[in-house]
Formats: sequence, C-alpha cells, structure tokens
Amino acid sequence: MACQGLGPNETLATLKTESETLKTKLEEERAKLHDAELHQVAEKVEALGQFIIKTRRTLKGHGNKVLCMDWCKDKRRIVSSSQDGKVIVWDAFTANKEHAVTMPCTWVMACAYAPSGCAVACGGLDNKCSVYPLSLDKNENLAAKKKSVAMHTNYLSACSFTNSDMQILTSSGDGTCALWDVESGQLLQSFHGHSADVLCLDLAPSETGNTFVSGGCDKKANVWDMRSGQCIQSFESHESDINSVRYYPSGDAFASGSDDATCRLFDLRADREVSVYSKDSIIFGVSSVDFSLSGRLLFGGYNDYTINVWDVLKGTRVSILFGHENRVSTLRVSPDGTAFCSGSWDHTLRIWA
Amino acid sequence: MARDMSDKEILKMELDQLQKEVKTERMPVSVTAKELSDWVEGQVGEDPLVKGIPEDKNPYKEKGGCIIS
Repeated sequence: MACQGLGPNETLATLKTESETLKTKLEEERAKLHDAELHQVAEKVEALGQFIIKTRRTLKGHGNKVLCMDWCKDKRRIVSSSQDGKVIVWDAFTANKEHAVTMPCTWVMACAYAPSGCAVACGGLDNKCSVYPLSLDKNENLAAKKKSVAMHTNYLSACSFTNSDMQILTSSGDGTCALWDVESGQLLQSFHGHSADVLCLDLAPSETGNTFVSGGCDKKANVWDMRSGQCIQSFESHESDINSVRYYPSGDAFASGSDDATCRLFDLRADREVSVYSKDSIIFGVSSVDFSLSGRLLFGGYNDYTINVWDVLKGTRVSILFGHENRVSTLRVSPDGTAFCSGSWDHTLRIWA
Repeated sequence: MARDMSDKEILKMELDQLQKEVKTERMPVSVTAKELSDWVEGQVGEDPLVKGIPEDKNPYKEKGGCIIS
C-alpha cells in the first residue's frame, strides 16, 4: 500500500489544505506548457470526406442487456457478455454463434478475448474474473473447464489479457486494479489510488511499454506502471464517472468517456487534457469509446442510444449513427480497423463498416 | 481497498500522489500536439474506416442472392 504512517498533528483539515495547495501548483505547472490547442495545431490537416458507415450485421441471441464485448485477434470473432449471465462467442462475418457459456452470476460486466484466441475471460457481480478455454468441440461443456483467476471484494468492472494468455489485468468496484497470473491465480501486483469504484481500464499498445490507464467513479483517470504498481500520472478534469478509457494508437495519449456527456483526449507527454469532444445537444453519458486505426476518428457510444463519431484532431463531430434501441453500453474497433462493433441494452450487437 | 480506508487515509494517499506528480516532466502542448497530429496523418491513409473500403473487398458487405443449380 502507498500510505505512510499518519502523524498526530495531521488533521483532516491540514491534509485537505496541503492537497489543495499541491493541486493548484500542479495546475500552474501544467498551464505553463499549455501554449497551443490541438485543433489549432491541426488546422492545416486535410478535412475528412463524406463519412458513410452503416450497420452490416446485427447479432441477436442475448436475452438481456449486452454489457461488454471484445474482438479476437483474428479480426472476425467476438465475445460478448450480458446481464442475464450469458457469455457468447460470435463469428462477426456470418453472425453465427460459436460458443455459449452461462455464468453463475448475473451482470457479467466484463469480458475479454485471449490473445491466442483460445480462451475468454469474464466476470461481474461474482467479484471474480474466470477464464474459459474455448473448445473446438461444440458439444463440450465449457463451464467444466472454467478457471477462477481473480478475486476482488466487489464487482468486476473490466478485464484484459496482457500480451499473452498468461496474465490478466482487472478493475473493480472495490476501488483497485490488479494483475493476476492465469495459471496459478496468484495476485502479481495491485494498484491502489482511486478513491471510488474503478470502472474501466486499457493497456498501452505493447510497443510503448508496461503501462495501463484506468478510469473511475472518482472522476479520475490514472496511468499506472505495471511493474511497480505506482500511479505515474493522474488526470481529474471530467465532471462525473469515467466509464471508458482507451489509449491512442501511438501510445502517447488516451481518450475517455464520461457520464458528464463528454469525451476527452489526454496527452501523456504534456501531462494534460488537450481536447474535449462535446456539444450542447449531447446531454447523455458516454459509456464507451474507441479510436479508428490511425487515431483520426473517435467513436463514442452514448446512453441516448446513439454513436457519435468525432474528428480527434479538429475536435468536431463527423457523424451521428442511429440504430440501437437502447443505451449503447460497449464499443470496440476491430483489430485491423475495418469495422467496429457496438453492444447495447437492446440485447443486440451491431457490426458497422 | 479504497472502500475500507478512512477519509484521512484516502487524503494522505492523494497527497503522496500529488507530491510525486508535481515533479513529473512535461512537454509543451505545441510540441506534443504537433507530434500527435503528424502521427495520425502518417497513418490515416491506411485507416479503413476513414478512407472507406471498396464494397467488393469489404468482408461485411451484404451478401447477394445465391443461385443454386
């Protein structure tokens, strides 16, 4: 734990004052380097052309709200999880279901595909993250081979395999993130720093080193060093819960989506927020964000059933996509950037291309 | 775990974190934003969702009718 001993003279009030002083100093340091705006720097960049994208597949099969989805590295398989405890693996090209597992809990809020494509991880109100190896035999009962990996003291909000099938990173309603060894279930590192539920996480692109970003109900987005467990940078400009965080493809920035109805871009090297994607007409929270392959487009799934597409550099909205009949709860671009998938409380997933 | 910590412990944790962060090295936005922008421009030509995919190469295009003979 990062806490040192508390001195007898350190009252709540003195700690608060010191905290406020430091926060002001931090803002001053950051402001000194705020000598340009992203959209100004990007003025000369060629404007985007006509944006034509539509639903190409609708995946039906979940009996209740879809809460989470993830792509397989093969660019065509998808795993999704829902409120009714079902986890389904789909072939996005054909819209066929390939596997289905029923979890012993409801509200499976997190699911992830293993890098090898041979397993999926999921969890939710059971406070755990479990790994299911995927069998080629369709008749085999997947639940029989289930492996419990992570144990939190509150709900599992997100999970992700690291570069291999051997380690999983999790975030939880208990306010922590944790790194686990899949084979032994051992806790390798825990990450303390959020002061409320952690709702989301994303790993840095492998080329940029061992860090990840997390977002929580404390309105903070934290960047962590996976090896030391230390929080390296922290950003607190959102005005409400951060539901989704996603690294920029270059690894030098990340985007976030929040209940405050905005998406924001945070530049890691300038150590500040550099863009806000919002409109007066958008008043519902953002549940999920992801970048297109080049990072030029930011897709946001919103609680008003729409998907807004933003020009990351210019800060303007490029398009608004309709189709879902309830909240969009999850959204991911495919690994080769040819399509993206959205999941919704309307029980379906849609593939857009 | 955050939920089990007292207000005082949480504040102390935040204070320690702030003391570290004040010392972080940072770069001016004019430099980093330009590099972000340049990076995207270098990649955008290969971004299928930006430039579009011809229908015949799109794996998700609606399939035409089948003729079974």
